[in-house]
Amino acid sequence: MNRNDRPIPLHLDPALLRGLTQRRLSRRDLLKYAGTGAGALSLSAFLAACGVSGTKTNPTTGASGTSASPTADLLKEIYGDGTPAGQLVFANWEDYIDVDENGKSPTLQQFTKETNIKVTYKTDVNDNDPFLARIIPVLQSGGDPGYDLIVITNGGPVERMIKLGFLWPLDHSYLPQFAANASEAVTDPSYDPGNTYSVAWQSGFTVIGYNSDAIKEPPKGFADLLDPKYKGKVGMFGNNQDLPCAALVHLGFDIQTSTPDQWQQAADVLIKQRDEEIVRQYYDQSYIDALENGDTIITQAWSGDLFIAAAPADFGGDGFPEIKASIPAEGGILWTDNMCIPKGAKHPVDAITMMNFVYDPHIAAQLADFIWYVSPVPAAKDIVLNEIDDPLVANSSLVFPSLDDLAAAHKYKVFKDQAEEDEWNSIFQPIYTS
Amino acid sequence: MGKRLAPYMLVFPGGAWLLLFFLIPLVFLASVSLQTGNLFDGFRFTWHVRNYVDAIDRYRVQFLRSLLYASIATAITLVASYPLAYWIAFRGGRHKTTFLFLLLLPFFVSFVIRTLAWRFILSDDGIVLGTLKDWHLLPQSFHVLATPTAVIAGIAYNFLPFMALPLYVALDRIDRSVVEAAHDLYANRLQVFLRVILPLSIPGVFAGVLLTLIPAVGDYVNAFILGGTKTTMIGNIIQLEYLTNFHYPVAAALSFVLMIGLLIGVFAYARVLGARSLEEYV
Repeated sequence: MNRNDRPIPLHLDPALLRGLTQRRLSRRDLLKYAGTGAGALSLSAFLAACGVSGTKTNPTTGASGTSASPTADLLKEIYGDGTPAGQLVFANWEDYIDVDENGKSPTLQQFTKETNIKVTYKTDVNDNDPFLARIIPVLQSGGDPGYDLIVITNGGPVERMIKLGFLWPLDHSYLPQFAANASEAVTDPSYDPGNTYSVAWQSGFTVIGYNSDAIKEPPKGFADLLDPKYKGKVGMFGNNQDLPCAALVHLGFDIQTSTPDQWQQAADVLIKQRDEEIVRQYYDQSYIDALENGDTIITQAWSGDLFIAAAPADFGGDGFPEIKASIPAEGGILWTDNMCIPKGAKHPVDAITMMNFVYDPHIAAQLADFIWYVSPVPAAKDIVLNEIDDPLVANSSLVFPSLDDLAAAHKYKVFKDQAEEDEWNSIFQPIYTS
Repeated sequence: MGKRLAPYMLVFPGGAWLLLFFLIPLVFLASVSLQTGNLFDGFRFTWHVRNYVDAIDRYRVQFLRSLLYASIATAITLVASYPLAYWIAFRGGRHKTTFLFLLLLPFFVSFVIRTLAWRFILSDDGIVLGTLKDWHLLPQSFHVLATPTAVIAGIAYNFLPFMALPLYVALDRIDRSVVEAAHDLYANRLQVFLRVILPLSIPGVFAGVLLTLIPAVGDYVNAFILGGTKTTMIGNIIQLEYLTNFHYPVAAALSFVLMIGLLIGVFAYARVLGARSLEEYV
């Protein structure tokens, strides 16, 4: 047998193999650096050489964000022959998976049992932007982001990562459960046509959470968050979607067709709320701690968190029964958190195996019954109703809303281009970074 | 020849370290602060001085606030740690090292964790405020967190050892015979302190203020964890511009403005308190 056509031994760690075979420094790069050295004689040229290169044409992904479908070669390069590495690092948000009385997740345990893939589950995502801020510099330098599977939200974060070419395309031949069971609401979404780079983890509504010991009359709408009688005890989200969208909806504007003039009006409402010291603080995921320990008594909230906060501790909840959810009269604001594989992930096959696994209706039912967010698998409803026997969850419009409800819901702003997003951010960001 | 080269050899490790990890990044930062572009298309060097104008214009409030918070916090640490350092230096006896160890003990826990612990301790219905409210010693609406007071107190708490240690060193090395001489010359205790001990400890005050004020101006952890609305400091803004908005040039310009502002401040300060003490202590 010739040396060269000897098959690559299968037990080789695919990550190691990729490291060995991937190109590190191309001839073109080398010429570029050589040119830099020659030009360093003048200060101006030297300063110019410090430029930060963009990611528009990224040779290793071939994805510029607009390309329709990834090439078979690229998928082959990423997923190889489909042999999992046996481990998975999964970055998710707090309170976002089922937990039993021992603090273990039945879903993850079952996954490990069935696939032999060990999962390192980290609740490292407190908010999209700061989380991505941690991994983007690593991705820019072509390094290992340290996660195989991340969960990030639509309405900016997912779109940005796709545009930057920092997500690996998904090979849908590994996702038969997704094809069979995913809700219409999460297939082929506008922010990721054809689910090329992402599949939904859960969706959810931004609603109002309150402490029923302190507030007897349930809040009716976003106007309650502006009420001076809650001065200093109101929590708002410090991000570019939840905060602005609530104000726009409160003023009766349509988020998607709203104009910069209307954004300014919404900003004025929020600035007034801040300057009258009604807002205590602009929060990330930590808003739920603030609500639990009494720092706030009424707050913007993500629907499922409130149920986990209220559930008794021996049920895996946080044990604060006084915490309640209120769906504002104007309607909640719908978003979707998506599972994505960051470019350079060490165990992509394991990650896509997990994506497929959670679309099994039984698993989806198990998750939905615990975390109370909007399940991406409608078939899970029957299982929650009949097998798990939890009609409260199965019939909840917050967990299994009808397709009509979902279609009618307010949704995070979809930006038509960078300029629009920049303008939006320049109006709303100064409010919560004052 | 060994003799002639020796000084250079001695300065080499530190010099190389400074060049590699301070000077070169500084030049890079200077370059970035004059670039234009965005994350997708990359950034190009264009002598874009407007970044500085924008940076100062947009974030004037946060600059001034950082300076104010850091100054107040520095004053608090000075007032709080002078008696402490004095006591350890003059009354510590053979337990001096134990007391110094106790002073440094909090450093064994990450300061982010310690700051988070304050958020837990001082929460509105928490173990301190909740109890006091139950006893009707405080009104129900009273809160400490999410106020400028909380941020300043957090900074003062976190930076206290940086002030206390140089003060201790300065006080400890005061020649005791000088103090005795003052007593022999019929100075009362107040006069001994004001005319002998205090002037001799000025280098320690000087070093302590520098070591506290400079990092405190750029601190962003306390404002992030203990602050509320309108307590954002310039460090938070630089972090936001760098990491969340990816406006590298503006962030770099902000860093430069902060650095230059502090340098001017430090030199002015050194002229007032005397450059001699700076050389002696830093």
